[in-house]
Amino acid sequence: MAPVTMIEAIREALDEEMQRDPAVVLIGEDIGVYGGAFKATEGLLAKYGWERVIDTPISETAIIGAAVGMSYQGLRPVAEMQFIDFIACCFNQMVNFVAKSHYRWGGPVPMVVRGPCGGGVHGGPFHSQNPEMWFVHTPGLKVVCPSTAYDAKGLLKSAIRDNNPVLCLEHKFLYRRVKEELPAEDYTVPIGKLAVRRPGRDLTIATYGAMTLHVMDAAEELAKEGIEAEVLDLRTLAPLDREGIVESVRRTHKLLVVHEDVKTGGIAGEIAATVNEQAFEELDGPIQRVASLDAPVPFSPPLEERFLPQVADVTRAARELARY
Amino acid sequence: MELPEMKYPLSREQLLDLYYFMRLTRELDEQLVRLFRQNKVVGGLYSSIGQEATSVGTAYTLEKRDWMAPMIRNVGGLLVKGFRPRDILMQYMARSGSPTGGKDGTSHFGDLQERHVVSPISMLGDLIPVMTGVAMGGRYLGQKLVTMTWIGDGGTSTGAFHEGMNLAAAQRAPFVCVVENNQWAYSTPVARQVPLHDLAERARAYGIASYVVDGNDVVAVYQTTKEAVERARRGEGPVLVESKTMRMKGHAQHDAAVYVPPEMFDYWKARDPIARYETWLTERKVWDKKTKAEIERRIERELKQELEFAENSPLPEPEVAERGVYCEGCHTIEAHWERPIEQVQPPRASVQAAWTVSNFGGPNGASAAPEAAGKTKPATVSARAANGGTKRPARGAARPKRRR
Ligand SMILES: Cc1ncc(C[n+]2csc(CCOP(=O)(O)OP(=O)(O)O)c2C)c(N)n1
Ligand SMILES: [Mg+2]
Repeated sequence: MAPVTMIEAIREALDEEMQRDPAVVLIGEDIGVYGGAFKATEGLLAKYGWERVIDTPISETAIIGAAVGMSYQGLRPVAEMQFIDFIACCFNQMVNFVAKSHYRWGGPVPMVVRGPCGGGVHGGPFHSQNPEMWFVHTPGLKVVCPSTAYDAKGLLKSAIRDNNPVLCLEHKFLYRRVKEELPAEDYTVPIGKLAVRRPGRDLTIATYGAMTLHVMDAAEELAKEGIEAEVLDLRTLAPLDREGIVESVRRTHKLLVVHEDVKTGGIAGEIAATVNEQAFEELDGPIQRVASLDAPVPFSPPLEERFLPQVADVTRAARELARY
Repeated sequence: MELPEMKYPLSREQLLDLYYFMRLTRELDEQLVRLFRQNKVVGGLYSSIGQEATSVGTAYTLEKRDWMAPMIRNVGGLLVKGFRPRDILMQYMARSGSPTGGKDGTSHFGDLQERHVVSPISMLGDLIPVMTGVAMGGRYLGQKLVTMTWIGDGGTSTGAFHEGMNLAAAQRAPFVCVVENNQWAYSTPVARQVPLHDLAERARAYGIASYVVDGNDVVAVYQTTKEAVERARRGEGPVLVESKTMRMKGHAQHDAAVYVPPEMFDYWKARDPIARYETWLTERKVWDKKTKAEIERRIERELKQELEFAENSPLPEPEVAERGVYCEGCHTIEAHWERPIEQVQPPRASVQAAWTVSNFGGPNGASAAPEAAGKTKPATVSARAANGGTKRPARGAARPKRRR
């Protein structure tokens, strides 16, 4: 098997799930003839036809609404946001009835919303955001953020098979940067389980998405200095693998959380509160955060670089914490 | 019986059914007001008094396989679709036996499996794309279904309404949107919301058919909506039906509607849909006093039993608040296929992924503005015009050539 990129892995997941289950249909803007702005759905219209790969008007509200309606018919629609930033246009749909349908009246919504998120590609303020916490804050939704091709495929498959609405945040910086060989056979990655990317005894660094690359680079550097960091790739933000995080902290007694989302209201705060509640006695140092600036994502390269957490920010924070 | 000629004939039984449901809706409404005054209703109480003919007459056109999504004033529709007064009573009293077990109130409940009812969504307009999706999904599964929802005059100004109607039109979804023009959106009259006399005219912007009907004439509502439903079922695309009626109370119980000119209430009181229908039934000798009395007794008896049942239902256990945020295997997701699955799987589903653009969008081509569609009568324009000249690939319309 040749190694595949994350975007190819996503396409494979969609293709295999459509093949496996005729209830799986795709809906979004320019996903058919064009194959999607990032080509995640390339070739799927030709294979599965107009009824299963539905190009829509530019109407995020209607895309999500219609996907919910299709899911009420027992279908498993996968809706694409051309850029995840546009999910703000259907925020109402997501939080008011996608998330609440099952709780309110027992109407399950087995749908997936997926789309490219994140910065580092000079997309500017409208094409680089990380909106995960808007949705993590909404009970009823699941939110996954893969950092590898393997996970992107496995999590998307799990999302499609899940009876709940799942938001798949695919970091566009990773689409063509990460590559790996994938198993030939069908597999899934469980939603709600983190992965230990690197074991370590001195501190835990929890992260997800594109920041996983930075954190792995930082851990490499730290190792040269004799600091062994345990790297957790959260993979799912809702439901959060609190157990996995606390378990790691029990081993290392120190925790740094790194995310590309802005600092205020980011998942790091929730993780810190959880560890505080469940393992305060285990801590040998203050929980630290490295996150993006509390600002919109700026466009120009030096500005964006300043905005985003860099490897050096991670190593600096980790060193200080290790020394504490 | 001396019935006028009807395009969609109604039997005596059906005509009396319409009366039963309208009257039941009103009596239930009034029962709820009594409960409200006894402090037994939790939260607000919304009335549909004066609008019974719209909910009942429209919902009555639906078949079992069809889907509907009511709004708060469409209790009549819920009753027609087979929910019982106890369901609505328990919802309003927040009891554990209610369809949502106390998690939501009012008419906010549904039933995907048996009755094909999608729960209302408070955010006005949101149901339009949802019911478009139910229609698209059903069509994909090979069902010959129609979906229906209602929206107030006020709700037609939301973005979701527009996006939903446009998607429904672009997809030619078998969907009927009933615009319930009851003259008021809370305290704001129609003229302050929309610069149109007939809200049905909004349909022209979507290139779809529309009707205007006297919403206080249940037979007319039924006939018109039935035509709309059958057109949608035939694959002619979505249809908008504007039903002109009047909200005879305030927005909800708390609102005395002092902003409504008293003469306006007088005007509409003289056109009360139930009183009118009673005269209609009498003049056409469909019933006599005895039949009317029988129906009234039946409703009284039923409502008494329903109320007793509802009042005996306890409030929910507090722990229920923690349950059901996610489906953890409590539901089985199942699509009801009414066509061979091979049709939607390769190789049969495979197509040549290319657009055909008729006339290349030139000024004399099909992308010209939709032709004048007539104010109130069926306003259809060709699918081509509705689609800006690009042939769309939904069912029933021309499709790009298949590979084989
Ligand atoms: C998007 C949205 N904005 C505001 C409201 C609050 N609200 C509830 S009903 C209503 C008036 C609705 O008027 P109309 O659509 O004409 O329906 P009617 O009450 O007359 O049946 C308003 C403003 C809402 N439910 N949804
Ligand atoms: Mg109104």
